[in-house]
Amino acid sequence: MSLGIQLGIIVGYLVLALLIGVAAYRITDRTAEDYYLASRTFGTVVLLFTTFATLLSAFTFFAGPNTAYWEGPEWILVMGVMDGVLFAVLWYLVGYKQWLIGREHGYLTLGEMLGDRFGSPRLRALVAGISLFWLFPYIMLQQMGAGTALAALTDGAMPYWAGAGLITLFMIIYVVLAGMRGIAWTDTLQGAFMLGMVWLALIWIMLSVGGPSAASAGLTADPEFLALGDDYYTPAFIITQAVSIAFGVAMFPQVNQRFFVARSKTVLKRTFALWPILVVALFVPAFMLGAWARGLGIEAEPGANVLPLLLAEYTPVWFAALVIAGAVAAMMSSSDSMLLSGSSYFTRDIYRPFFNPAASERREDLLGRVGVVVFATGAFLASLLQPASLLEVGATAFGGFAQLALPVMIALYWTRTTRAGITAGIVGSQLFYLASVFLPFLPMAYAGWGSALVGMALGLVLTIGISWVTSPAAGEQRAIYFDLAD
Amino acid sequence: MVPTAERYLWGAVFVLLIVFAVPWFLWGSSRLVAGLPVWLWWHIGWMALASLAFWLFSRRAWGLWIEGTP
Repeated sequence: MSLGIQLGIIVGYLVLALLIGVAAYRITDRTAEDYYLASRTFGTVVLLFTTFATLLSAFTFFAGPNTAYWEGPEWILVMGVMDGVLFAVLWYLVGYKQWLIGREHGYLTLGEMLGDRFGSPRLRALVAGISLFWLFPYIMLQQMGAGTALAALTDGAMPYWAGAGLITLFMIIYVVLAGMRGIAWTDTLQGAFMLGMVWLALIWIMLSVGGPSAASAGLTADPEFLALGDDYYTPAFIITQAVSIAFGVAMFPQVNQRFFVARSKTVLKRTFALWPILVVALFVPAFMLGAWARGLGIEAEPGANVLPLLLAEYTPVWFAALVIAGAVAAMMSSSDSMLLSGSSYFTRDIYRPFFNPAASERREDLLGRVGVVVFATGAFLASLLQPASLLEVGATAFGGFAQLALPVMIALYWTRTTRAGITAGIVGSQLFYLASVFLPFLPMAYAGWGSALVGMALGLVLTIGISWVTSPAAGEQRAIYFDLAD
Repeated sequence: MVPTAERYLWGAVFVLLIVFAVPWFLWGSSRLVAGLPVWLWWHIGWMALASLAFWLFSRRAWGLWIEGTP
């Protein structure tokens, strides 16, 4: 019974997404700009929710509430600082500036925007290459998550490889067809769905247990649990997580590319103001449910997901299944956007400048779709082998992307940034962070401060320092970033 | 064009909004109000304030530090 309902809901969701994809395909032009960016036409609701749903992975429903269950609900603060305020400020500082530049010069990717300004196709390929390096294993992790979730849902009737393969196949068909427009439409639906489900779950459980005070009563036996801060949540930990993830998110291809797609300035203004509210509205209930589960006597093994256990205790099967379907959907809404952006980075910034500069619009559009197939299939094969080094790269991807943020921001705002400066900042911070991840004798934290943060500081110093002592290279076009039409 | 004083003021507002999204002065407090920790209420209120501040910014000072030639 429960299995049938759960599978039915997931299959129903896949079919619905596919229909939306087909509808989007029918109105999409066969050009790269339309396929990757929906011709920069998104309004407030679609832009807000597609970015939101892209940011949310299974973390919101599984790992996040699990952390709240074991360590306390302080992770809400990390999310608030990270996604609510810091990312919102970056949305303005990086996003609005990128939007203006992108609109004026027709840029589709971050690498393209940097390569043009600094007159360097190699810088463009470097940024794309670094991004793909961190992105590929991260997509693999999502496929592994989906495979594991489907295997658990069907009690092993669908083996891991079949679950991961099914999701991969579906995503290929869907992303190849739908492009950015279709993805954004399903994201909007999903974002609203997830938000609605979390609130319904909260209200349902609060009515069953007699309100927040009653729910918290079981937690007061251990006053440490609800107290702000402990050995796990130290100030350095909270700041490191919030800062490195917020900056990392802004450089993640699928998020960064969304900086280009707003229809108008008004759309950017509205989304900017709505961020903090939206973040609080989702994460406070989702993570408090995780924390309350502990006081309500839900017994979770380490590694088990708390939220499904809590729902199973207090809500009917169909409702719990809807929430779990929402979680699988959250995984997929991140992966499809990552696939599309990964493909665009490869075709725009590596294939076109170095292999076929004369490619027509039509050919580039076709190649973008082929790129999606290759990328997704590769990540699927990797998810079967699960090499330890790739798992490590996926787990540290946010930190890796965060290393790009400060050199890019300096280039956007400081007229004297030079090609040598930004290249040194990017290469230096990447090397430092990679060494921290892979070399056993280098620590991942310095007195509690994560190496991601230290690497960002290094990138900052290198970009400014080397720019200071070098002069602009031939071919640099400073005006691209600083003479903007208002 | 935004007056110079206001340019600095907005910078300060953004920094304040980021820094005090975590109520550092409530560190270690486990006091509950209506079933939720006081520090969480602070955070919820602070985020509402941040939304309001961002909205005001978008009305009054949008384009600050970005538009125009430096």
